[in-house]
Amino acid sequence: MERKEWPLWEVFIRSRNGLDHKHCGSVHAPDATMALQMARDVYTRRLEGVSIWVVKAADIVASDPDAKPELFDPAEDKIYRHPTFYQLPEEVNHM
Amino acid sequence: MAADMTQQNTATAEHIEYVTRLGDNALILGQRLSEWCGHAPVIEEDLALANIALDLVGQARLLLTHAGKLEGSGRDEDQMAFLRVERDYRNITMMEVPNEDFGRSTVRNFLFSTFQVLLWERLVQSSDRELAAIAAKSLKEARYHLNHSAEWVIRLGDGTAVSHDKTQAALYYLWPYTAELFAANPTDEAVSAAGIGPAWSELEAAWEAMVLPVLAEATLVVPARTPFKSYGKFGRHSEHMGHLLATMQYMQRTYPGASW
Repeated sequence: MERKEWPLWEVFIRSRNGLDHKHCGSVHAPDATMALQMARDVYTRRLEGVSIWVVKAADIVASDPDAKPELFDPAEDKIYRHPTFYQLPEEVNHM
Repeated sequence: MAADMTQQNTATAEHIEYVTRLGDNALILGQRLSEWCGHAPVIEEDLALANIALDLVGQARLLLTHAGKLEGSGRDEDQMAFLRVERDYRNITMMEVPNEDFGRSTVRNFLFSTFQVLLWERLVQSSDRELAAIAAKSLKEARYHLNHSAEWVIRLGDGTAVSHDKTQAALYYLWPYTAELFAANPTDEAVSAAGIGPAWSELEAAWEAMVLPVLAEATLVVPARTPFKSYGKFGRHSEHMGHLLATMQYMQRTYPGASW
């Protein structure tokens, strides 16, 4: 039998102007319009945000958890990629 | 403060009645909607309905506090909300009829929030400055209630055969009660003449212009007008009101003056 469940939507909230949208959870909703409203009602009840994005969870392309060794481990011994080794000139010392 | 005092001393019975009607509509629908808490079809909608209920209870607090001040007898919001007898509540009857199912509750929210949006838009200009301030705050809330319930009416009406039938049944049930919103009465005439707010009958054409396209998109049949009349705003309520009040007033009557 066909299961008629609403699709899952991932919810991203921007807490203030100038900041990034951050993932904060998910909602079930029949379509995009309702997903936005559901996200508003579930995740912005305490003034958490000024903007909401919703994305169908099925549309997110995720990396394979089993591929972690080849994807991420090789960066482990390359600490020179952090910019902490550079001497900054006086004029830019507030970076 | 000076303006407040003047207003208290000059508040007419009609002015108090008008504000009390506004407050009681919000209070009684807020109470009805709060019955959904923990019972809505999905948790997302459970929160949405609780949010709307809380918005309405918040409006009721402001309006009934204001009504209490206008009448000048020292009644605060709790006394207004919880310690009146049934005949003294002035909500329209549609607010008190049972939720029945999600379809009826949604259709009622849609029909009433449309009315509220139109009324708050006008009351922002009220000569009663306290009422105008309440209207400005409440208008934003009502616009969301309308948006949310209209989207649902469309999806339920134009959804499955079951959701369509339930929504259509809800519309048949509720439609006759909407006549009470616009029925002419001396309170409205006096208040309108004083510049406090519109006679509700003035809003009927605009209300229909907003409601009918949504119902059409939802593939719902709009019922014909009938001679049926309800009189909740005159204090003559349906058989459902006493039960609602028994639940709502229980705490305050059992523990008078309780606060938390």
